Amino acid sequence: MSILVDKNSKIIVQGITGSEGSFHAEQCLAYGGNVVGGVTPGKGGQMAIDGKVPVFNSCKEAREKVGANVSLIFVPPAFAADAIMESAAAGIELIVCITEGIPVNDMVEVYAYLKTTKSRLIGPNCPGLLTPDEAKVGIMPGFIAKKGTVGVISKSGTLTYEAVHQLCQEGLGQSTCVGIGGDPIIGTKMIDLLDLFEADPETNAIVMIGEIGGSMEIEAAHHIKKHIKKPVIGFIAGQTAPPGRRMGHAGAIVSGADESAKAKMKIMRECGLHVVDSPADIGKTVKAQLSK
Amino acid sequence: MKIHEFQAKQLLKKYGVPIQDGFTIDSIDDAQAAIDKVSQEFSTDQFVIKAQIHAGGRGKGGGVKFSSSKEKALENSRNILGMQLITHQTSPEGQLVRKIMVAEALDIEKEFYVAITLDRSVGQNVVMVSTEGGVEIEEVAAHSPEKIIKEWINPAFGLRPFQARNLAYALGFEGDLFKQAVSFFLNLYKCYVDTDASIAEVNPLVITKQGKLVALDGKFNFDDNALYRHKDIVAMRDLDEEDPTEVEAGKSHLNYIKLDGNVGCMVNGAGLAMGTMDIIQLKGGQPANFLDVGGGANVETVKNGFKIILSDKNVKAVLINIFGGIVRCDRVANGIIQAVSELHLTVPVVVRLEGTNAILAKELLETSGVSIIAAGSLADAAEKVVAAATKGA
Repeated sequence: MSILVDKNSKIIVQGITGSEGSFHAEQCLAYGGNVVGGVTPGKGGQMAIDGKVPVFNSCKEAREKVGANVSLIFVPPAFAADAIMESAAAGIELIVCITEGIPVNDMVEVYAYLKTTKSRLIGPNCPGLLTPDEAKVGIMPGFIAKKGTVGVISKSGTLTYEAVHQLCQEGLGQSTCVGIGGDPIIGTKMIDLLDLFEADPETNAIVMIGEIGGSMEIEAAHHIKKHIKKPVIGFIAGQTAPPGRRMGHAGAIVSGADESAKAKMKIMRECGLHVVDSPADIGKTVKAQLSK
Repeated sequence: MKIHEFQAKQLLKKYGVPIQDGFTIDSIDDAQAAIDKVSQEFSTDQFVIKAQIHAGGRGKGGGVKFSSSKEKALENSRNILGMQLITHQTSPEGQLVRKIMVAEALDIEKEFYVAITLDRSVGQNVVMVSTEGGVEIEEVAAHSPEKIIKEWINPAFGLRPFQARNLAYALGFEGDLFKQAVSFFLNLYKCYVDTDASIAEVNPLVITKQGKLVALDGKFNFDDNALYRHKDIVAMRDLDEEDPTEVEAGKSHLNYIKLDGNVGCMVNGAGLAMGTMDIIQLKGGQPANFLDVGGGANVETVKNGFKIILSDKNVKAVLINIFGGIVRCDRVANGIIQAVSELHLTVPVVVRLEGTNAILAKELLETSGVSIIAAGSLADAAEKVVAAATKGA
């Protein structure tokens, strides 16, 4: 088992004829993922990735013709919001947006629109998902991971790779690794994934990696205390980051919460998470928890 | 991206938001003319001289002075223009004041707080108002959050008039002031959303003794990701207010922030970069910087990264920590070898390469003959660089 994606996921890549899109579509295909098509408006009817993948003009067409249920987006930032909405409108269940640099107000609109649909968005500005040996939907290097029972949730890209690498060094594989992205507005928050991992019978422990800023980790910590029985190992990057050189007061006032790494780690500990001070201790702490 | 108060006020004025007006100058030779012009246009003999720097806390730092006559205004202009203004938001050395705004002085009856920003947890922009205007608003937020009234904005419909009325009622406005407040909020929101601002703050919003609602100050931040569609906003950027090394780093597409320690670091990805800084501190060192080289760690980025890190004379050792996913470690290794030999580095360099082609990269570094300390795990790398920095210090 796993969460969100597996070998049966029917994946399409929006922006498949661009350089990023074609490179990563090929990688996802090489990993063994079921990439059934690509979307580039105006290039429908062509074949991409050495003639292996059909290109469609729209997500609607891809949904109808090949039954796509997962979309991976590599569309440039100015057009990415529209691409997300297009796949949601076509009824695609899971949308994974890798694109970095989407204007916040575009995402405010996307966020409001998605609430009117049944689609789930991962990202934007994230490395995507990886269910080892089954499917890679994003840009995570597949070879560093192996199949197992640890679920990984992370705001960061390369720090996720670091955590996965440490888990493998300890002989621990992963059920699914999810990079949720660190932008101000993201489609899927830590809480959503905690519930999915809690419900997944093959996940035995969860790694949750956060960063300074925002209050998502604090909300997740309170949720864990109430609803999550599996052990959660946490880390917050940015203990040494200088206090934000922010201007005015609005940022602090809107949440009213202390968004420093120290404050988040304190609350996470109080809520029963196993918090590590050093990012080098993630793997061994998971090992210790699972050996109990 | 940030702008100055006088630029924020120009924007607000364009959107029909009433402001405390004036003229901005960058040379003391223009002060007298500006004072005369303010006196004439706004029929006043009292002025406020306001330092224009990006950092907040200008008043407390002595950068804002009420002036009861033209003579006093000129004297204050002389004192403020060119001063090194120190506030809680500047560096300890302070910020050089290159521009001042000569503003009309207003008779203030009452102060309020108004701001619009994104509420991340809701995923919507929010207008926040409070009767507790002035500098202690963060205290209010922490201890009496009920005194901050909020209206969240559905992006499909924008700020609705009924919401603006709710805010005006909450601040206790009546009669003509109520009407002024409603249009103030609607226009402020329009300005915020049209310009892709990430913060629009008016603190304080004041009622004058003449019964007018006026923005006494204005602070705007803009969403960097949206600047591509706002050439007019980009034109307001003031590079003098930004750290020159950070500006230089930005030109090479490197994300750099200078800190106070002596261990330089070069990492791919912001999260891993922060994590690397954290572990350096846990091992007894102090990071000298945050530097994210992003996804394309090649010879040029590594070279530019070294140049920027080493422009900080406190740096006694450098740690390169790259976790190659799409990035191939052997290419990074070649970049490091070339950069180290071309730049004739004198500080010890600890290198940790993990991920794609890491073994090949290690061999390349070992056989290259360049003086590099190779490290295995993240913890090993941190220990080695801290030891090297301590020895070199």
